Amino acid sequence: MAVITPDNRGLRLVVRYAVLTLIAIIFIFPLLFMGMSSLKPDQQLLADTSSLRAFLPVGDLSLENYREAFERAPVGLFVFNSVLVTGTTVLLSLAICSLAAFSFTYLEWRGRGLILSIILATLIIPFETIAIPLLLLVSKLPWIGFEGLEWGWLNSYRVQIIPWIADGLTIFLFVQYFKDLPRELIEAARVEGASWFQIYYKVVMPLAGPVLATAAILKFLVMYNQYLWPLIVVQQESYRPVMVGLQYFFQLNIAWGEVMAYLTLITVPVLAFYLVLQRAFIASIASTGVKG
Amino acid sequence: MKRLTKAGLLASSTLIATGAMAQTELSMWYHGAGNEVESNILGGIIEDFNAAQSDWTVSVESFPQGSYNDSVVAGALSGNLPCILDVDGPVMPNWAWSGYMQPLPISEEAIAGHLDSTVGRWDGEIYSVGLWDAAVALYTRQATLDALGLRTPTLDNPWTGEEFMAALEAAKASGEFEYAFDPGMAWTGEWYPYAFSPFLQSFGGDIVDRSTYQTAEGALNGEAAMEFGEWWQSLFTEGYAPGTSQDPADRDNGFIEGKYAFSWNGNWAAVATLEGGVDDVVFLPAPDFGNGPTIGAGSWQFGASGTCEHPDGVAEFVEFALQDKYLAAFSDGIGLIPATEEAAAMTENYAPGGALEPFFGLSEGQALVRPVSPGYVVAAKVFEKAMADIANGADVADTLDAAVDEIDADIEANSGYGH
Repeated sequence: MAVITPDNRGLRLVVRYAVLTLIAIIFIFPLLFMGMSSLKPDQQLLADTSSLRAFLPVGDLSLENYREAFERAPVGLFVFNSVLVTGTTVLLSLAICSLAAFSFTYLEWRGRGLILSIILATLIIPFETIAIPLLLLVSKLPWIGFEGLEWGWLNSYRVQIIPWIADGLTIFLFVQYFKDLPRELIEAARVEGASWFQIYYKVVMPLAGPVLATAAILKFLVMYNQYLWPLIVVQQESYRPVMVGLQYFFQLNIAWGEVMAYLTLITVPVLAFYLVLQRAFIASIASTGVKG
Repeated sequence: MKRLTKAGLLASSTLIATGAMAQTELSMWYHGAGNEVESNILGGIIEDFNAAQSDWTVSVESFPQGSYNDSVVAGALSGNLPCILDVDGPVMPNWAWSGYMQPLPISEEAIAGHLDSTVGRWDGEIYSVGLWDAAVALYTRQATLDALGLRTPTLDNPWTGEEFMAALEAAKASGEFEYAFDPGMAWTGEWYPYAFSPFLQSFGGDIVDRSTYQTAEGALNGEAAMEFGEWWQSLFTEGYAPGTSQDPADRDNGFIEGKYAFSWNGNWAAVATLEGGVDDVVFLPAPDFGNGPTIGAGSWQFGASGTCEHPDGVAEFVEFALQDKYLAAFSDGIGLIPATEEAAAMTENYAPGGALEPFFGLSEGQALVRPVSPGYVVAAKVFEKAMADIANGADVADTLDAAVDEIDADIEANSGYGH
């Protein structure tokens, strides 16, 4: 039987930190490369790729690439569009999917098992297979706006938001989390005369912080990285999101410095969102066993 | 009198307003988002056109080039196409066959004197017209030719295949270069069929059989194609050229940095090469492997979408845009080859004695458009994969046979694509 002594405990600690440091480096280096490259002129950027200089703030550094990125594309507009579409979708998704999951978990109604199974089965359908039918559908849907009834959702924010509000994964996450909450809490609330909505709103949701954070981050990433859907439903620049905007930088002779500057700029909202929610996200992963 | 004047003013303002209202809007999609110079020139043409006549007003929506074709296909599916479409030359037959485009009612006089490759014809009709073309040349330095003791090939007297290989061998033997030849393997996508199928054609093969457009059998796997395939593979197995793992940075700068003796590159890279300090760069014509020297042709062009109710308006706009001053402006702005000799003479680079003048001659003398067929978009991808596989060491005969099978299956699945 192996005995843990102060000596090998120290060794384990060193090995653990070495491994963790290595993993951290693997994850940080691409970001470092992106950030550093965004400050260098193209010739230097390309020359540095063959050495560690690529990760260091050395050489002829300036914000020129950022200035040129803003000149080449309406970066602010693209970021605004993405944040608006992503933020709205995340909020609506959390509300709708948690309500659905609440219903599947706590309410007794005929066929709920079957319907939940069907919803979960949609997880195996790649979006690419339904993109065209969905495009045909949304291009003919009605909408009542400020100018009255209109047909077709193309070239709008709603076409980028509404089809993405409800999804199987988010509902599944909530169902799994709700199942683990103590039943006694729900029963006690029922005995006290609370309505189902009051139980959802005042009992369950206040306890759902970790799953809310997890679902929000996963949804945020999906929405912020949207490319194919906005590409086919948005033909006007005024509604384009950041990922479609990235294509503005891929001309015949690619200005890599500008590409890196643009990528750095559009990464900021993602990092900020993750940093705000990271504690709850980690807590959720620890409690549900969901792997990010 | 005062009342009469007021009435006159009212009448004339009504007339002006009616005139303005009578202008029909022609929406337009363009692939140049992110290219400020190109967008500004196009914007100027549209502004001039809108001001020059009272029937039409053009409004443009720009798309990034990389996603433009997908946007058009999605727009066609959802019934949301504009009136004026911008289309890449080799893609035009597919869009025409699919109904995304309709014939452009432009007169032959309007395109008289234009490079053939700038006029998109399908099924006997004009569908699109371009303001420019692009061309590929064999870049090298005069100093390299001198040091290796090589003659300078000309349009009338290009290198033969043997001379070309002897030049590569000499460059390799000199030990001065990482590789003798840079075909541009790092540039995937349309570059492969555009840049490499001319070599195949020069050997006597082709991507498809152009006499019927119903099969690739014999064209892509016949004796000439086999010879081409063996030659193509030898470029990589014998160390003349970097393979598919070429660093994109080397593709962009390798020739300028002296890593390659010869580089197969387009006219769009010429200005950057000159500005990169290669003062003695020379642009050589494609070598002749036995069936004549050939380079690819066909660039972006304008046409009318299939749903446009005013193709006459589109034709009027295209005719307006074809003025030499605009062709020259595009050429000076983005470095492409103007569609007419008169416009070339007005440009900085393509005028007689200009730094890029050889490219106009190449376009005129060696250009061959890619197969004019709706099936080209699929065949091009199959060809690209075959070229990469052979470069990576795949068996030449098996690879070309498989490519032929795939292209033929696609043609059959689409009932011959209307040929």
